Amino acid sequence: MQYKKLAFFFGAIVTLGSCSFFGDEAGDTSEIAAPDREAVPAGTTVRLLTHDSFTVSDGLFNTFTNETGIEVEVVQAGDAGELVSRALFNAGEPEADVLFGIDTTFLQRGLDGDIFRPYQSPGLESVPDELELDDQHRVTPIDVGDVCVNYWTDGVATAPTSLDDLTDPAVASSFVTQDPETSSPGFAFLLATIARYGEDGWEDYWQQLADGGVTVTSGWTEAYYGEFQAGGGDKALVTSYAGSPVAEVLFADPPVDTPPTGVLVDSCFRQVEFAGVLAGTEQPDAGALLIDFMLSETFQADIPLNMFVAPANADVPLPDSYAAHAATVEDPLILDPADIEANRSEWTQRWAEIVLR
Amino acid sequence: MDSAVGRDRAPLIGRSLRLSAGVWRRLLAAMVTAGVPVVFLTLLVIWPLIAVLVRSMAGVGASDVLEIVGRPSVRSVLAFTVWQATVSALGTLCVGLPIAHVLARYRFWGRDVIRAVVIVPFVLPTVVVAAAFGALFDRFGLELDRSVWAVLAAHIFFNVAVVVRIVGGFWARVDQRPAEVAATLGAGPFHVLRTITVRQLAPVLAGSFLLVFLFSFTSFGVIRVLGGLRRATIETEIYRFAIARQEFEVAAVLAGIQVVVVAVLAVVTARFQRRHADIGNRADRATKVTTMRQRLHLVVVCCLAIAVIGVPMAVLVEQSLTVGTGYGFGNYARLLERSPLLPVSAAQALVTSILFAIVAAAVAAVVGILASIAIERGGPTGRALEAFALLPLGVSAVTLGFGYLVGLTAFDLNRQVWLVPVAHAVIGLPFVLAAMVPALRSIDPRVREAAAVLGASPRAVRMTVDWPLVRRAIATGAGFAAAVSIGEFGATSFLARGAGSFTAPLAVFRLLSNPGQQLRGQALALCVVIGVLVAAMATLIEYRRDDGVSLL
Repeated sequence: MQYKKLAFFFGAIVTLGSCSFFGDEAGDTSEIAAPDREAVPAGTTVRLLTHDSFTVSDGLFNTFTNETGIEVEVVQAGDAGELVSRALFNAGEPEADVLFGIDTTFLQRGLDGDIFRPYQSPGLESVPDELELDDQHRVTPIDVGDVCVNYWTDGVATAPTSLDDLTDPAVASSFVTQDPETSSPGFAFLLATIARYGEDGWEDYWQQLADGGVTVTSGWTEAYYGEFQAGGGDKALVTSYAGSPVAEVLFADPPVDTPPTGVLVDSCFRQVEFAGVLAGTEQPDAGALLIDFMLSETFQADIPLNMFVAPANADVPLPDSYAAHAATVEDPLILDPADIEANRSEWTQRWAEIVLR
Repeated sequence: MDSAVGRDRAPLIGRSLRLSAGVWRRLLAAMVTAGVPVVFLTLLVIWPLIAVLVRSMAGVGASDVLEIVGRPSVRSVLAFTVWQATVSALGTLCVGLPIAHVLARYRFWGRDVIRAVVIVPFVLPTVVVAAAFGALFDRFGLELDRSVWAVLAAHIFFNVAVVVRIVGGFWARVDQRPAEVAATLGAGPFHVLRTITVRQLAPVLAGSFLLVFLFSFTSFGVIRVLGGLRRATIETEIYRFAIARQEFEVAAVLAGIQVVVVAVLAVVTARFQRRHADIGNRADRATKVTTMRQRLHLVVVCCLAIAVIGVPMAVLVEQSLTVGTGYGFGNYARLLERSPLLPVSAAQALVTSILFAIVAAAVAAVVGILASIAIERGGPTGRALEAFALLPLGVSAVTLGFGYLVGLTAFDLNRQVWLVPVAHAVIGLPFVLAAMVPALRSIDPRVREAAAVLGASPRAVRMTVDWPLVRRAIATGAGFAAAVSIGEFGATSFLARGAGSFTAPLAVFRLLSNPGQQLRGQALALCVVIGVLVAAMATLIEYRRDDGVSLL
């Protein structure tokens, strides 16, 4: 008899779902006008929701606090996908004021979810037009990180120079990439192949990679440190970032002058990372001021050696050690965020059918 | 006559007054023992679950739910999930029981070491263990990567401690006379095992089966890293639908299925768990190895333990000591410096982990003691507690994490640093219960009655009869709670995250998400230190000198 009560309890939890008492609240999505610094009350704290890879130098936000009187609290929410999910799940009732870390591949989903309020920062003047992917300024470009195939220099007979080189079975079999459905660089690399070979050609390309014995992992760490030679594995090529060799030098052990890895520039897919004020925030002005700060020279100059991506502000010079070891990508592969979102499911599903059979 | 009546009446009134005071006290005790765990589980499990499921299902009708449940893909995923969890749990019992048996039977050098080391895998990050497994498979030319066998092997590796420590702790104290009598009367060892020992140990066997099943049921990293990409379980599907596809309603329905499985499981195993355990009351009965046969038995089982646990860990230690082209302690020395990628040094993160583990173990022990008293008392509250306590192990970390996000933000609790170890304790609670409830049930009621007849108050009975008998079980459970806390990375990562709550596993993951040999070396060294720390903590909590000095 007692079990009936128990079953009822469990049942109640499950079925409660069908009757909703949490309404769908849409936050205010109107444009934020030029923020008035004086209007922000003293002692305001602005919350920045971002991914786990977000790193800045110690005390970087002190500059912002000194200028505006606003404190910054950083909330890290897992990887890029988890970050976007959390923001969409709480759309309209955000847990923070500003989000940083939504990239080209997820952008449209965030825009469709109405999670941002438009704001046109004066700092955008220094940002190249091609990085501004939303003409309504709901998001602001902060950095540029190209996803590229990296290779272990001592592990390849000759350095690959084009995407086509990877289809050679000898190369494909020592290449490890990530599942596009669960990994941000994995998805970017799939997009790179679609941008290069087009709707008609990319499936063929992947068929050749699959026939050649490409390895696929669930995430970046499993690929880089589980399969790639950097982690003691036996794969000589891995999907990573244009800035990865910079980190390989900065965190080398023992110290080195040249990175043990190289970048296949032909494979690079451009990922712009954006920040935006979250719809529903109670302090849009403070949020807008933080966006301004993130485009300022102070913040932008701090990006390269902490997050190993390039600043969006074209006026900010790259640190020497970054410029020396990061790949220069003149002509990256690009796709329109709306196209990406419209085809995402279909592409990843087709990919799975070809590669994971 | 009058005076006689008066004499009779006066004590009667007095007794009824005393009785009512006793009733009140018992009621109060019942309210505390049941109330504290109920409030604890409601706030940290049930309420967040309701909150997340309700929000995810907003605007979704019953027909949509039925459509999702009816999908063939959902059914095959559910079947695989239950299958692999069952096989993993049975496999863990098969590997764990011989080790538990040897630890219970024999006194030998290294007994405490095995007991300590066996818990280490429990806290190691999957990514790191997977790399160690991969290196091992390569070395022996095995093509086990990305197969269901790799998943099962990893589940056994991670969970063997549950069987060895929980079952082993009781086995040493089981009454061996029935088995000896049976053997004398000519029963073979397997017959004795089946007819006597298994029955004696049924509640702890069922309890540890349940824990391993639930761990494998909701295991995430092992499936994703070792299982191959499209080997989906309910847990990985919840993640996929919630994180990659943002189809929250599908994730919520899958989470509901998890809840139902936990409920069914709780009901099915309750029969075994409620059985009176014939254990717990006795001192450690292990003896020195004397005959050649016993020595051989010991050596064989120790080799099994070393093969299952020792070898992958040795690979990890070797990797952590690799510096450049040689060996050294450079990676360990670097733990003291702060890497620019981390908000605090790895050493500081370790300190935070230790503090959290102590709080989590203490909270889990206190709540566990109260809950197990309520469970032993039985009744609907006890049964409900027994089942609900399993929920945090049986529902996915993503679900619970989003639940914390929705449910606790309402009370502005989600940013409180102290809530992190308390949430760890929720996950440690089932371990305390699995160890403690059978111990409480094993107490012969006649001993209590005898104590009561001799004039002991209920509290005195608890302190003098119950406490010494269950002390060790609490220690075993608290040791696991500490380990769970040190290793936990899922749901609680949705809670406060800043320098003050930056734990060692977080540091490992952060270090491993950037290129650079230094970072990898540091991460591996940190894993080894975490392992040593867990072994030390679990041993310390259980430690008891012969003169009775102990933590508990």
